[in-house]
Amino acid sequence: MSLVTKTFCFGLLAALLSVAQAEGLTIEITKGSQTAVPIAIVPFAQQGAAGNVKLTDVINSDLAGSGFFKTLAEEDMLTRPSEPEKVNFRDWQVLGQDYMVIGQVVGNGGSFNIQFHLFNVHNGQLLMGYKLTVGGNELRRAAHHISDLIYEKLTGRKGAFNTRIAYVTSAARGGGKQYMLQVADADGYNPRTIAESPEPIMAPAWSPDGSKIAYVSFHTKRSEIFVQTLATGQRQSVSSYPGINGAPAFSPDGNRLAITLSKDGSPDIYVLNLANRNLTRLTSGLSIDTEPSWSPDGSSIVFTSDQGGKPQLYLIPSAGGRATRLTFQGDYNARGRFSADGRSLAMVNGNGGRYRIAMMDMASRTVNVLSDGNLDESPSFAPNGSMILFSANKGGRSVLSVVSTDGAMQQKLDFQSGGVREPAWAP
Amino acid sequence: MKLNKAHLVLAMMAVLATGCSSTEEEGSLTDGSQSGADASTSGYNDGSMAGSQFGSGDGYNSGSGYGSGSGSNLGPEFSDPNNPLSKQVIYFELDSSQVKQDYVPVVAAHAQYLASHPNQHVILSGHADERGSSEYNIALGEQRAKSVERMMRSQGVTTGQLEVVSYGEEKPAVSGHDESAWQLNRRVEVGYQ
Repeated sequence: MSLVTKTFCFGLLAALLSVAQAEGLTIEITKGSQTAVPIAIVPFAQQGAAGNVKLTDVINSDLAGSGFFKTLAEEDMLTRPSEPEKVNFRDWQVLGQDYMVIGQVVGNGGSFNIQFHLFNVHNGQLLMGYKLTVGGNELRRAAHHISDLIYEKLTGRKGAFNTRIAYVTSAARGGGKQYMLQVADADGYNPRTIAESPEPIMAPAWSPDGSKIAYVSFHTKRSEIFVQTLATGQRQSVSSYPGINGAPAFSPDGNRLAITLSKDGSPDIYVLNLANRNLTRLTSGLSIDTEPSWSPDGSSIVFTSDQGGKPQLYLIPSAGGRATRLTFQGDYNARGRFSADGRSLAMVNGNGGRYRIAMMDMASRTVNVLSDGNLDESPSFAPNGSMILFSANKGGRSVLSVVSTDGAMQQKLDFQSGGVREPAWAP
Repeated sequence: MKLNKAHLVLAMMAVLATGCSSTEEEGSLTDGSQSGADASTSGYNDGSMAGSQFGSGDGYNSGSGYGSGSGSNLGPEFSDPNNPLSKQVIYFELDSSQVKQDYVPVVAAHAQYLASHPNQHVILSGHADERGSSEYNIALGEQRAKSVERMMRSQGVTTGQLEVVSYGEEKPAVSGHDESAWQLNRRVEVGYQ
């Protein structure tokens, strides 16, 4: 069978599954896919020094959690071959498997030589063989990379297992709150705090090359937009006008930020040139205009406006011009975010008091509601477009949630202490 | 951050270059731009800074002069429950920034007090309930605070006495997730400095 023809891949869900073991995180699959493809990931043979990560555990949870694959439990395997010539494909056909992966890890001083093979179980065809060498602290990343390779080989779409996310956590501290802007692997591992403050931090947005994050901090008890370089930790204040400094969004070329300012009255959309700090005002009038986001080609900006009475999404040329209304379904549509291919627009859709994540097909302008919460917000596409990450409310706490763009699969990523909001998937 | 992705990329590229005999894939990690270096502590540079902590102790200060004064030197009228000055929170309807009739006398009382105490400053902090998107709620919170500001100015309070800030849904007064909490979170707080 050709997996390439399957409609959707669920890149990151897998990654989120493995979060079950990460610090203070749990994963709950709230909605599963019915059409998963069986694949057996045979535990890799281990020689020499063992690493601190069992590669096949990570690969298993990546692929299983993707919703696209159903992995075979280790205890159900009849044999555990690690070399191609030792594989008896009948053993795996009997178990109803379509594909299988075998491999070896050789510990060698501080590094590991990894080798794996992917087979079609039905005809014994070798689909992929691969070798890589990684350091001892890079095994988890290597496992995600292997998951990406398998996923892309079998689905025809790029995986998103080796991507990163940013989000803001808040937790009680010393009678007040502590807000932390964190960057983590897409499965929640390796969280790193890049900014923290007893005052709110909001709206993290990635630069197109993934090297910087723009965000809003209230640490001076006013809003201020910063751009921080991840590799060095250097942060720069780029907007601290009177009133709102909010909702930063990098242009596709990385040279400009669309932002919201209220220095001239009501909140309006501006484009800030990061090199010379020049501002171009795109909207005016008495309405609320906010939450700008660029189309992938940079030609236009989607934003939220209440100029028609209720918040709805509008599109305006990024060089300035007339805004046209995009959304008409529901009494509240806000915070539009384009997919990387520009074909889809994710948004917060409010209808009858429920706020859920919806997606518009830009060609037909039809809108589908994808999530099933009441307080869902902050949608952000996976770089491969297969899923949308957003924040939801679960039992009174903010959690991160992921829904596939066909709505078939949903997972929650739950931080044990405090809330987590404002997620942004790295490009 | 402990991972060194650059090394991983290099290792993988080296493997590719030296040949993966059976591979039919071109493979490399895509985000090699992240060197994973620890945040530098080089301090200030053109107004930029490093390190993750925003706090009062790191010398990072905008000079905006906003304290968190509790207004403890206000007169007894502020704690007399029969005096409208004792009410320092103005509540709003859903998605509305119009001051409700019930609160017009409260705003008027504060405006009158401020007009007769021209050295007194207040911060009007606008808030929204948690529903909907967070940046829109920042805008909504600001519109609420500005409604109160406009009423006060029309009653003789000078611009210099008033400062508006919006926290949107970021600082709820009540942490519940139903209308009983939401109605207490859609508010403007009059903060005497």
